[in-house]
Amino acid sequence: MADGLKASTRSGPGRLLIAVYGIFALAATARSAVQITTRFEQAPLAYLLSAFAAVVYVVATLALAGVVSRRIAYLACGVELAGVIVIGAASLVFVDAFPDATVWSDFGGGYGFIPLVLPVLGLLWLRHTGLRHSEEAG
Amino acid sequence: MIQVLATALTVVALVAALWSLVLAIANRPVTLATKPTLGLAGVVVLLEVGLLAQAVVGVVNVLGTDRELDRATFIGYLIGAAVVLPLGAFWALGERSRWGAGVLAVACLSVPVMILRLNQIWAGHG
Repeated sequence: MADGLKASTRSGPGRLLIAVYGIFALAATARSAVQITTRFEQAPLAYLLSAFAAVVYVVATLALAGVVSRRIAYLACGVELAGVIVIGAASLVFVDAFPDATVWSDFGGGYGFIPLVLPVLGLLWLRHTGLRHSEEAG
Repeated sequence: MIQVLATALTVVALVAALWSLVLAIANRPVTLATKPTLGLAGVVVLLEVGLLAQAVVGVVNVLGTDRELDRATFIGYLIGAAVVLPLGAFWALGERSRWGAGVLAVACLSVPVMILRLNQIWAGHG
């Protein structure tokens, strides 16, 4: 199972998807580490959400690369999509609660809306490779 | 922050990204066995050497200045730019299809973005 997932999700277009995920995982982790260690009290909610987003990106990157199961990959991309939609909406409605931006504020507008597109591509890619995988197996 | 070096690195990174993109569109994998991919590898190595130099000089400069700057974030971007490129290059080499070249294009494009952020932080906006 793990080998099949590896072969199917980390080759072809998936390779590129994982690369973009990896960059976001690295950037979000570094950014969140700096925020929490240097100025946590300025915007605790935003910085905690940044840290949460960083964890989600790291898990999604590893899951898409086939390190953990496909179910966890689906879960990570699903949480990521829910996160960017909920936090994106919340950042527009409750402006006061977000004195500093998170990666998901304004639906990822500060990052060219890549955070909004990425989980959709991730879920589509998992579905695509999942179908191919089950066809080969059956 | 050395402005000339930052600008030169931006140009080299964009050239490498464009080169990778052309390989991806032409359906050529990054194999290091053909002249175009060897040439690209040379440009990427040059870029990485420049990024490492920028990281060293940048850290020294930002620790030496008295101005009000977001030092931690600045150093984060300096190191990030130098780390993302080799990681992306190895990830690209592991894929024997056009998507390997695509990975390299994305890794190269992330460099000018990070240099842009470095410039903003160095100027005091960010």
